[in-house]
Amino acid sequence: MLSISNLHASIGEKEILRGLNLEINSGEVHAIMGPNGAGKSTLASVLAGREDYDVTSGSVLFDGKDLLDMAPEERAAEGIFLAFQYPIEIPGVSTTNFLKTALNEIRKYRGQDPLDAVQFLKLMKEKMKLVNIDQSLLSRSLNEGFSGGEKKRNEIFQMAMLEPKLAILDETDSGLDIDALRIVADGVNKLRSPERATIVVTHYQRLLDYIVPDYVHVLYKGRIVKSGPKELALELEEKGYDWIKAEAEAI
Amino acid sequence: MTPSYASYNDFKEQLLASFRDNEERMNGERKSPLHQLRRAALKQFEQLGFPTIRHEEWKYSNVNSLIKEDFALDTTSSLTADDLAPLEIPNLEGNILYFVNGIYHPELSRIVSPAEQIQITSFAEAIKADPEFVGTHFAHYADYQDSAFTALNTAMASDGVVVRVPNNTTVEQPIILRFVTDARVNNITSQPRNLIVVGRNAEVMMAESYRTLGDRSSFVNVVTEIVLDRDARMQYYKVLNETAKAYHIGTTQVHQSDNSHFYSASITLNGHFVRNNLNIVLNGQHAEAFMYGLYMPNGRQHVDNHTLVDHAMPNSYSNELYKGILDDNSTGVFNGKIFVRPDAQKTNAYQSCKNVVLSPGASMNTKPQLEIYADDVKCSHGTTTGQLNDEALFYMRSRGIPKDEARTLLLYAFSQDVLSQIKIKPIREYLEGVVREKLTK
Repeated sequence: MLSISNLHASIGEKEILRGLNLEINSGEVHAIMGPNGAGKSTLASVLAGREDYDVTSGSVLFDGKDLLDMAPEERAAEGIFLAFQYPIEIPGVSTTNFLKTALNEIRKYRGQDPLDAVQFLKLMKEKMKLVNIDQSLLSRSLNEGFSGGEKKRNEIFQMAMLEPKLAILDETDSGLDIDALRIVADGVNKLRSPERATIVVTHYQRLLDYIVPDYVHVLYKGRIVKSGPKELALELEEKGYDWIKAEAEAI
Repeated sequence: MTPSYASYNDFKEQLLASFRDNEERMNGERKSPLHQLRRAALKQFEQLGFPTIRHEEWKYSNVNSLIKEDFALDTTSSLTADDLAPLEIPNLEGNILYFVNGIYHPELSRIVSPAEQIQITSFAEAIKADPEFVGTHFAHYADYQDSAFTALNTAMASDGVVVRVPNNTTVEQPIILRFVTDARVNNITSQPRNLIVVGRNAEVMMAESYRTLGDRSSFVNVVTEIVLDRDARMQYYKVLNETAKAYHIGTTQVHQSDNSHFYSASITLNGHFVRNNLNIVLNGQHAEAFMYGLYMPNGRQHVDNHTLVDHAMPNSYSNELYKGILDDNSTGVFNGKIFVRPDAQKTNAYQSCKNVVLSPGASMNTKPQLEIYADDVKCSHGTTTGQLNDEALFYMRSRGIPKDEARTLLLYAFSQDVLSQIKIKPIREYLEGVVREKLTK
């Protein structure tokens, strides 16, 4: 589904991703871990198409299409979803209105008819149950005045509505207490399916107790330096990142 | 026959000559108090002259190109109801008064409110029919000593509207003043003058709208004086959707008594050169004024909003929110003055001006001015001018909303803080449509 090879990306003069390779197949959950400044969030941003980053070399294929050639909105329409680490507040635009616009734009891109108000509300009710989110939150301006937990839950709700092929969760656990974490993870797990892949970007193993990955990758200095099964996360939790750093530097 | 003043190459001289010419054709009226007042105003205009950018109040608004235009002072027009049909606002009901080149046209207008609810008279008719009433209020509020344009209007105004709302009356239907300049053949200038007197515990809604037909230049110099007696309430909307060759200079002067409430929204959608002055004197305890504004110039348009709230008595309240969206090479000015006089203890005054500049060629000048002479007051002001939030744009795009659509959605939401304040639904819907269209372009 997603094939990243030799990806280099920089912001300004600073190179952050330095030859990253990653293969993801549908149905899989991949955790990307690593110390601060390793390039985890950069990877998430580059995949979603944030314009602050320059991709200097390498390629990213998504279902065989050149992802790097697409605008962020095209990537979304192709099925990529980024759950933001810090969701943006949009004053004056309700979540409902926002999602209706987004969903129908994506449908337009795919040559589908737009959903009418009744169909949209039906879909929304269905997905609201899935992530246990309240109607009153959705009528308010998007993320404006939301608590950290509400923002993250809203991200997962958006994900449920847009049904992406590849979901990228960027530090979704940051700033969440254990109850909020459980609700968010629960939502993500309900959305797991053989057609869908997920990338979980996280600093801590904690989230992976709830969203159990198929693979764990360690990102360090812009490259994946170690990959392994879910047990690798536990090892990192126990031993920290220093041994990985030492291993990587030794090469 | 309409005299021609084209030989005067100076607009000021042309206006002065026109005044003298009119005066010569007057008979007994020349000695009337009203005419004496007009003479004084003319003299003041002559002395002040048109402001230059050296004038503090006109620092960012240069009227040079306006004065150099060659305007016909002829107000005749062949506009018919059919010509005006495209300007109609869908579903709008109420007292709709059409002024073409500043002159009231009863045959194009419809007054639906019963006479016991409201008296609506053209200004030209009112100064003949009830000079005493007009004399009690005319030029008593809008200061012509320091303002050349108000002085000019005071001297020259020939028509507009005089509205009286009796005490304890709620006027159900709004008053819609539609000022249309017929610039299909000539460059046209007009000087409309309005006087609105709202009685004790009375309530009324009013809107002024300005349009130009044709592709010649137009210049409207309007003054509206509004008097709110005790416990009176008024909704007042001013809407400009002018052409790329339209000049507009307008002053709305509001005088409020105890416990009166004034809600205003000033919307400038289009116009080549626009100056809106909104001056409010809170001359009563517990008087409240709400001022909303939206301006969205593009191309080479210039929009200047000057507001002044004068808290003259204790316990009064004012709240102001002006928002601007500036594109291309447009320029904007916001100047918001708040005076709190020594007696005006317990004043609450809030002011905010927020702007989004969409293009590197566009610019915005903001200047809040607070002069506070009382010590027990709550005042705040804040202005922001920035670009569209890139993070917000990316967030929306990452959900599949194309860039242009995301931009429109964000800006439309930005404008809603102001547009949602408009209580006359057909006008609000009309504005929302124009705003959306302009943002989509």
